[in-house]
Amino acid sequence: MNKVIYLDNAATTPVDRRVLEKMLPFFSEKFANPATKWTSSLSKEVDDYIEEARENIANLLNADVEEIYFTSGGTESDNAAIKGIAWANRDKGSEIISTHIEHEAVLRPLETLARQGFTIKFVPVDSKGFVYPDEVKKLITKHTILISIMHANNEIGSIEAIEEIGKIARENGIYFHTDAVQTVGHVPVDVKAMNIDLLSLSAHKFYGPKGVGALFVRRDTNIAPFMEGGGQERGLRSGTLNSTGIVGLGEAAKIAKAEMAFNEERIRKIRDTLFESIQREIPEVYLNGAEGEKRLSGNLNFVIKGIRSEPLLTTMNERGIVIGGGSACSAGSKEPSHVLRAIAVPDDDLFSGIRMTIGKFNSEDEVMPIVINLKDAVKKLRDLSPFWMKGD
Amino acid sequence: MPVPYTKLVIEHFKNPHNVGEIEDADVKVTEGSPACGDMLTLYLKVDPETHVITDVKFRSYGCASNIATGSIITDMVKGKTVDEAMKITWKDAAEALGGLPPVKVHCSVLAADALHSAVEIYMEKTGLVKEKQPTTIEKVFQKLSHVINPETGIDIVKSNLIKNISIKDGIIKIDLNIEPDSQFAENIKEEIIERLEFLWDVKEIQVNFMK
Ligand SMILES: Cc1ncc(COP(=O)(O)O)c(C=O)c1O
Repeated sequence: MNKVIYLDNAATTPVDRRVLEKMLPFFSEKFANPATKWTSSLSKEVDDYIEEARENIANLLNADVEEIYFTSGGTESDNAAIKGIAWANRDKGSEIISTHIEHEAVLRPLETLARQGFTIKFVPVDSKGFVYPDEVKKLITKHTILISIMHANNEIGSIEAIEEIGKIARENGIYFHTDAVQTVGHVPVDVKAMNIDLLSLSAHKFYGPKGVGALFVRRDTNIAPFMEGGGQERGLRSGTLNSTGIVGLGEAAKIAKAEMAFNEERIRKIRDTLFESIQREIPEVYLNGAEGEKRLSGNLNFVIKGIRSEPLLTTMNERGIVIGGGSACSAGSKEPSHVLRAIAVPDDDLFSGIRMTIGKFNSEDEVMPIVINLKDAVKKLRDLSPFWMKGD
Repeated sequence: MPVPYTKLVIEHFKNPHNVGEIEDADVKVTEGSPACGDMLTLYLKVDPETHVITDVKFRSYGCASNIATGSIITDMVKGKTVDEAMKITWKDAAEALGGLPPVKVHCSVLAADALHSAVEIYMEKTGLVKEKQPTTIEKVFQKLSHVINPETGIDIVKSNLIKNISIKDGIIKIDLNIEPDSQFAENIKEEIIERLEFLWDVKEIQVNFMK
């Protein structure tokens, strides 16, 4: 079989070779527990590598090293930030502002907080998936304790005006959390310039390993511990550190800082060529979300009228081309994407959304085979469709 | 590459049998809608003497297992009498395919539903229904639970669009909670009539839109 063409880089990315090399010794000879660094040189060595990783993350975000806490990934960071702020600041208020296009790792914790008596207010998004900072301002009351708005959306790639939103939060003395899982390593992030108090990131979205991430927590933030135990990570996140993963995360951050501008430019070109060709070859296709600079460079999300996305993904997979659906659909849920719903995609098209996300290991040469196979698969499925009988 | 489907499912999905329409079909039914994620239209041609299904075709907007089930179930009923066809279940089709993943059940039952609806309508149309019970409000509700509101993808019973149903002297009167000038009004009315018109004791169906 030919090489697989992988177009689901927003779901996860392959580990960069250099990251892997960096990680390997930590499975074997560099195995020591960094917590015992005061008495063991084996541990001290591991700890030094962990601190180097912390520094790499801090550099990438323009944060201070003491503001970086290692976690098991984006989901944990989101949960920790949202519940940690809510529980620690309940005496100050019980209102939280967020959006309907957040990842489930934000939405589910918010639902839990709502059941515990917190009030969650949702800022509307427009038909391209953008939040207007003025609308955020309107929802603020003296009871608001947290604003959580993602940096970029994982399905449609809309990049939010978080700098302005952060400014509004800061002016009103409200904590601002952003889920930057889709942007860190791809888009420049500066927690100081962007007025961010808490930020979630995940290694596997930028060529690092799965199951490791970090939460940036601005100094002097009042937050409850997210894992209680032996007191690691300055008491906020107990548990023996995943040194192998953390070292991988640090290396991925270092590489991203050096290479992201170059990569993203290349990725954007491939993405644009791909969508131009798809639109030229396949009728009745439209883009979900925005065009231009305010969209993640690797993200494509479009509707192919008249066919359901699931059989299309299955067909493409048969041909060695891996594509993501909206999101949870492919996980067996029958609910259409909450993001496509939020940006008011017509009901008839909610199950027809296709997401293709390009990464740094894709190449221009893949565009042709993708388009040829897609065109053929679409024609076959449209011929089958009860409300698309035109043949082409 | 490993896939969550059996070889047979993939075969039927890739090259589905009996796809298309039948111009002079005895029955045509549609189950589901694009807004609920799966839709399947089934056409039946039946021999009027023997009641053997001589031709059956389908079209599907649905997931891979929906398409595969449509393909195999149409194979299974061809050449069978309508009575025999009525007894073929989703489970039979799934077994014939070598099994379907549990998460895919919801989209693949549509093919069996369409088959049963089509056969039922055929039997009503040709007076084959054995026990001629008078049509009850419950029966009408059950039939209308297959009519989808295209706007939401949810059937008109579940979405509380039915205000009132009355049956008198063979006339079924249905009041719907839908604006008369809704773009979907005509479509819903047609679907309702298709579902009810062949009930043996029904002479007329009146659908009223009101809000
Ligand atoms: C925006 C966003 N937030 C959170 C997550 C969860 O991250 P993780 O898989 O590291 O738990 C993801 C990835 O699926 C994501 O895209």
